[in-house]
Amino acid sequence: MAVCIAVIAKQNYPLYIRSVPTQNELKFHYTVHTSLDVVEEKISAVGKSLGDQRELYLGLLYPTEDYKVYGYVTNSKVKFVIVVDSSNTSLRDNEIRSMFRKLHNSFTDVMCNPFHNPGDPIQSKTFDGIVSGMMVQTG
Amino acid sequence: MESLTLSDVEQKYYSELFIYCDTDNTKKVASNGRVLDLFRAAQLPSEVVLQITELCGATRLGYFGRSQFYIALKLIAIAQSGLPLRVESLNSVKDLPLPRFAVGKNEAEVRHTALYQDTDSQGMYPASGTAVIPRPPGRGYQNKKGPPSSTSLPVHEVVQPLAPTIESQPEPTSPVVSPHQSPPTSPHPWRKHKRQHSGGNADRQQVVAATGAVWTQFREPQTGPVSGDGMWSSHSPPLPSQESWVSFTADTPPSITLPAAHPSSVQESTTIRTVASAATTNEIQRQSSGYDDPWKITDEQRQYYINQFKTIQPDLTGFIPGSAAKEFFTKSKLPILELSHIWELSDFDKDGALTLDEFCAAFHLVVARKNGYDLPEKLPESLMPKLIDLDDSAEVPEPTADVGYSGSPVEVTPNKSPSMPSLNQAWPEMNQSNEQWETFSERSSSSQTLTQFDSNIAPADPDTAIVHPVAIRMTPSKIHMQEMELKRTSSDHNPTSPLLAKPPELSEEAKLPASMKFVAANTVGDGYSSSDSFTSDQEPITRQRSQSGTSPEALKVVAPPPPPPRPHPSHSRSSSLDMNRTFTAASATGQPQPSTTAYPPAVPPRPLPTQTSASHTGHRVEAEAVPGSVAVLTTTSPQQIPQQPNFADFSQFQAFAASEQPSSLPEVDKHCEAGQVDKTSEGAGPLRTVKSDGQADERPSTTVNSAKGSSGPLAPPPKPVRRRLKSEDELRPEDEQHGPQKSNVIAAVLATQPSIPRSLGKDKKAIQASIRRNKETNTVLARLNSELQQQLKDLLEERISLEVQLEQLRPFSHL
Repeated sequence: MAVCIAVIAKQNYPLYIRSVPTQNELKFHYTVHTSLDVVEEKISAVGKSLGDQRELYLGLLYPTEDYKVYGYVTNSKVKFVIVVDSSNTSLRDNEIRSMFRKLHNSFTDVMCNPFHNPGDPIQSKTFDGIVSGMMVQTG
Repeated sequence: MESLTLSDVEQKYYSELFIYCDTDNTKKVASNGRVLDLFRAAQLPSEVVLQITELCGATRLGYFGRSQFYIALKLIAIAQSGLPLRVESLNSVKDLPLPRFAVGKNEAEVRHTALYQDTDSQGMYPASGTAVIPRPPGRGYQNKKGPPSSTSLPVHEVVQPLAPTIESQPEPTSPVVSPHQSPPTSPHPWRKHKRQHSGGNADRQQVVAATGAVWTQFREPQTGPVSGDGMWSSHSPPLPSQESWVSFTADTPPSITLPAAHPSSVQESTTIRTVASAATTNEIQRQSSGYDDPWKITDEQRQYYINQFKTIQPDLTGFIPGSAAKEFFTKSKLPILELSHIWELSDFDKDGALTLDEFCAAFHLVVARKNGYDLPEKLPESLMPKLIDLDDSAEVPEPTADVGYSGSPVEVTPNKSPSMPSLNQAWPEMNQSNEQWETFSERSSSSQTLTQFDSNIAPADPDTAIVHPVAIRMTPSKIHMQEMELKRTSSDHNPTSPLLAKPPELSEEAKLPASMKFVAANTVGDGYSSSDSFTSDQEPITRQRSQSGTSPEALKVVAPPPPPPRPHPSHSRSSSLDMNRTFTAASATGQPQPSTTAYPPAVPPRPLPTQTSASHTGHRVEAEAVPGSVAVLTTTSPQQIPQQPNFADFSQFQAFAASEQPSSLPEVDKHCEAGQVDKTSEGAGPLRTVKSDGQADERPSTTVNSAKGSSGPLAPPPKPVRRRLKSEDELRPEDEQHGPQKSNVIAAVLATQPSIPRSLGKDKKAIQASIRRNKETNTVLARLNSELQQQLKDLLEERISLEVQLEQLRPFSHL
């Protein structure tokens, strides 16, 4: 279960960010922001081999003492970032991948909505629902 | 102003309103006073009202003349239905509901409309009209101040009851209720009302719908003023329902007022109803009925939606792209966020385009939203697009069709009626059941395909031993197989009637344990041929493929039971197959008698049983000659060997046989010549050989080996050879060993084989030769088919992999 989920646009501004309500949500925002550097680095690194399709799932971006941050980037440079509690060691890589897959699918559905302008914050209820399903169930 | 054509209902309604507004009786209405109140009550934004007044020309004139007033009313109706305000739409919009006005004015109108509904107008109209009219305003105010929620609920409830009764009416716009406020809890009240309404009367509903607002007012005051309502329906029929409502809605006080109102209103409403016209009532009912099952789309509505769909996309089976839909729905002036939500709900397959069903659902949601109803969190069942293939069980029930269209809603609504909340529960159930239905149907259809295969097999391509035996094999019934064999053989070898006879003979053979193997082998061969035949038909092929997977199993299953199927379906392998063919040919000739005459495959019944191998006509093109049999053949070679296609090996045999003891010659001869079977021992021999062919596979006797040894040089095709060998060997030993056995064999063989009267030696030979050729061709073709099938499969796999790669590469284009 994720502690924070964020969707960042190509220009590196957040389209959607949602965290488990805690006292200091800002630190999640900060974590996500700093993870963007790692994402960029990974993208550029893989970009060398243009022939190959770049792997969308970036894996663990960096672990902090409290959290682990996973990244996923789409082919249109939209980034998904999931922050997971470090103490939750039961989460395996596959599960993270499936979470990203679901996020990506929901994101695609949102994009398909003609009333949604790319670049706008995501306000889709279905997307919210999916994200909620992934967040840590507090209490 | 352009001319305005009003329906009767509209005409009456508008005239009523005009009268209402025309307090001065001057035939023209000032721009202020009641008119403005009325327009305000229409719950439209002020700019829209201004626009309307402008359009209708009142601003020009400075007042509302009758015509302007009517135009304005119509424009209000248009605006309320969410359509763009345009002068041309005045006459073009069909099925436009009557303009709805909020409480106060609404009541008057509602009453009017209610009156419309009620066909019994009772002269009280004038009095009631006036009496009623003044009241609503007062009430209206009350309402506005009154507890909105409570009133709203009752209103909804009231509406609900009406709606159900109206059912048939389309409901383009929400009932008057909406003005009060978006019914937050509408689902619940709806539900209840629905139930209550089960007996409701149509008219009432209209009244109710229209007077939704009115009711709320009435409610508060209580039943007293109810009498003023009069609108209600004066119908007696409604009364009973009212009672039911009352009792039913013990928990919904508001509803109680309704019934009370009714009786009192009956007196007055009847009068007011004067203008009632079915159309109006229909409209109102439509409005309310839509909410019974809150999201049901009535036929009128659906028709309207379809027309709108056509304006964007003429092809009803096509899609509306997202951009076009966006423009269209943006006209409804709903906030983008809500439109976005509506889109999420209605784009069922998430493809960014709207099909007709999706479009109707979206439009319906827009209409509902414009009327003040909250958007549901999930798409209601009645709005779900009807999808044919139920493959996504995760999604909301696909099979639920639009209520307006199919009968399924009937099933759906009962589920839903209990309560909105139960909708969700109902959906899964519906879904599941539907899914089950779907799957069931699929299953059944698949099973049908199997059976169909059977029937198709026979008539299939006569030129190829297609006969998709797969299906046949699935049915282990011997008889069935025999039939198939018959069909197959007949199709395969039309000229050879013996074949037809063969199946029965073969079946007899099948009885023999030995034959089982043979049959199994044959079935395998059949499998090949059947699969080959599929090339001509993709579908059968695919099906066959799936079935062929099972066919081997089936074969195995079949094998144990006496496999009647003719082994010859594909003589690909065993010479014995050919033998069978010849046998069948022989049998076809019609002599299952052990009279030895028959058995076409048997060595030609040449009067010279003892040929020393020379004259194999060597037509056994197929090198199925069993070396051992050669020896045997040698004996039989002299004769009709050439006639038997399978007897190629015989020639070989003969070659060998030349050097060998022609003891088996007779048998070989039989093989060689299907048609020419002497009734003499030769016939017996061949019979035996034939029979042994049938059983050939089963007996890899050592004699065979020996025979093989002798036939070494021949090196015929392994299997057929083997068979031949076996047969030969068998024959030989049989000959040598058991006279009676031989006779039995012969009998069996003869029985199985179409007895070919050797009398017509030459004819037989010719026939047999042709048979043999055909068989050879068949087997070759069968093999070719199988190979092509395999290639096709490979190519398809390649194609799929390439497509996958393409898909992977495609996203890059977005970067």
